Amino acid sequence: MDTIIIQLLNGLDKGGAYALIALGLTLVFGTLGVVNFAHGALFMLGAFCAVSMHQLLTISKSVKDESIKFFDAFKEQPYLEIWWGDTGTAIIDYSVPISILLAIPLMLAIGIAMERGLIRHFYRRTHAEQILVTFGLAIVLQEIIRHFYGANPIPTPAPATFSGSAPVGSLVGLGENVVYPWWRLIYLGFSLSIIGAVFAFLKYTTFGLVVRAGMADRDMVGLLGINIERRFTIVFGIATIVAGLAGVMYAPILPPDYHMGMDFLVLSFVVVVVGGMGSLEGAVFAGFLLGILQSFAAMNEVKSILPGIDQIIIYLVAVIVLLVKPRGLMGKKGVFED
Amino acid sequence: MKNEKILKSNNIPLYMVIFSVVVLTMPLWLEPIGAAYPDLLQKFAIFGIFAVGFNILFGLTGYLSFGHATFLGVGSYTAVWSFKLLTMNVLPAIIFSMVLAGIFALLIGYISLRRSGIYFSILTLAFAQMSYNLAYSVLTPITNGETGLQLSKNDPRVVDGLFVEVGQGIPSTNLFGLEMSGYQGFYFCAVLLIIAFYISLKIFNSPFGLNLRAIKSNQTRMSYTGYNTKPYLLAAFVISGMFAGLAGGLLAVTDPLAGAERMQWTASGEVVLMTILGGVGTLLGPLLGVGIIKYLENIFSSIGVKELGDFFSFVPDSMHAFVVDFSSLFVGEGWHLTLGLLFMIIVIFLPGGIMQGFDKIKNLMSKKDKE
Repeated sequence: MDTIIIQLLNGLDKGGAYALIALGLTLVFGTLGVVNFAHGALFMLGAFCAVSMHQLLTISKSVKDESIKFFDAFKEQPYLEIWWGDTGTAIIDYSVPISILLAIPLMLAIGIAMERGLIRHFYRRTHAEQILVTFGLAIVLQEIIRHFYGANPIPTPAPATFSGSAPVGSLVGLGENVVYPWWRLIYLGFSLSIIGAVFAFLKYTTFGLVVRAGMADRDMVGLLGINIERRFTIVFGIATIVAGLAGVMYAPILPPDYHMGMDFLVLSFVVVVVGGMGSLEGAVFAGFLLGILQSFAAMNEVKSILPGIDQIIIYLVAVIVLLVKPRGLMGKKGVFED
Repeated sequence: MKNEKILKSNNIPLYMVIFSVVVLTMPLWLEPIGAAYPDLLQKFAIFGIFAVGFNILFGLTGYLSFGHATFLGVGSYTAVWSFKLLTMNVLPAIIFSMVLAGIFALLIGYISLRRSGIYFSILTLAFAQMSYNLAYSVLTPITNGETGLQLSKNDPRVVDGLFVEVGQGIPSTNLFGLEMSGYQGFYFCAVLLIIAFYISLKIFNSPFGLNLRAIKSNQTRMSYTGYNTKPYLLAAFVISGMFAGLAGGLLAVTDPLAGAERMQWTASGEVVLMTILGGVGTLLGPLLGVGIIKYLENIFSSIGVKELGDFFSFVPDSMHAFVVDFSSLFVGEGWHLTLGLLFMIIVIFLPGGIMQGFDKIKNLMSKKDKE
């Protein structure tokens, strides 16, 4: 029982990341009709927002280490600590949450620039060409990151308060053995609230209403005299922000490196297809489903029966779903069928 | 896509002779640009075969496969195993590579081709990732995991053992005694490239090729006229898979080592890039793409900051550091950045690749002539 709960939680936080990326992907599919292979790169950029913020806050100067008496020793001390003492230390500690403030405007700007500059010209081109040009863009983005940050993963710590493990077991009365890292729990909650926010935005605002109408029949909305293109730009910006925030908060879980986006991209594409192209609920559902399946497949008990299953489970599920339910689990009729 | 035949049939022999001469004299005419050394020439020929095969699927039918590197990897592993178990002769190795890659292509194609468009791409991608992940993990006894499959002195080599005395060290790959390294290796690959190109030319000109192009332009109409399109697609998929297997086998022939990274989806992306860059659906385009990408890769990735400094020595001192810094983004390790940019530019402005560019120039010229 304990192991099942732990695997379930393990799957949920990974599933949260999948769901967030897939949500943005499918939002862009559904509205703009564009297959964006650079979406994983946006996730990666988000993670590097956290890295940059951490590096920015810990810009240091060499000061004499007073604790060593025998010779002149120097240590690096961040300016923030020198200026503000303990407050500075606390700020540095919270660099990952703080970088959300940086990530939102930055990702929005990147998203709008990308849509205006590139994606817009590919509305009417074939899907193959959309895939190819965004694939090229993804390569460019990740190579730029590699140039500035190197090829190695950069560990980015979560705030010290959350670095321990949460006694999940004793909270729900299942025994002391069930513990789970705080930060992953927070990530789960964070992704759920972002997903909720996006859904609420689409469901309860006039803007969202128009966007949903555009997803259903874009030409019709255009004929009604609504400037749908401008809204699509904003939708793309939102998708970018969602991917970026998913990346920011994921940085403490997985030290970011330049190709993390590509790794997640392939998975999130599979998630989108399994959930059904253009279906937001499907993307979220499939994201969590595949995350959980993956973590259960990684259990030793399962692996001893089916060796290697943990490596292929997601793709296997995708193949089966695509063949049995061509539209995906929750795909709507008429969206991206061919 | 024009519906006329690409070449008139009676021109084919002439065309092939020219093509063969051009390919076989590559060591001569590539000398001035510094690309005439065996290693790079072999790569031209091998990836040429890969791209020509990929073009049969993508160029003719429009089905974009993101999993073709699987067949390349399968080919490499098969060839190395053939070297290990049977003989260092390359003929059985490449035959086995093609057969096994063909079988893989048959299985994967049979399932993937039940869908089309982007779903087909995702399905092939899923199969490719499955093969890659398995090759890294559970199949380690066959693939030797991260280290990659290598020859060793203790391999059985059953057939070789019957005829040849076991010598010192690891024997090298050979074609009935002719060692497959350096220029000999290149000529072997080049001959196979010529054969592969001839087959692709024949396919482009055959009724089968016409059927494939009809599928690309309108599959529904094609099936309304009574054609079952699936067998045609599957045949194209298997053929291009076998070409990829052959290329993989040749990679192992010239350097008997096989690693799983050859199967990663970025490797599949690379062949897509080459084909697109040259011109999808044209005969020569993919080869041009291979040549350009492999050549530039070779040049750009070898340039360091020092070479840049010398190159930009004409720039005024105040700007010098900046210019060198900026351009160092694009060379050495950053070669992929150049590749990505080049690729985006091609897709944005010349979706038909370099061959389309040639056509445009030709049209401009002929217009001028008329005036």
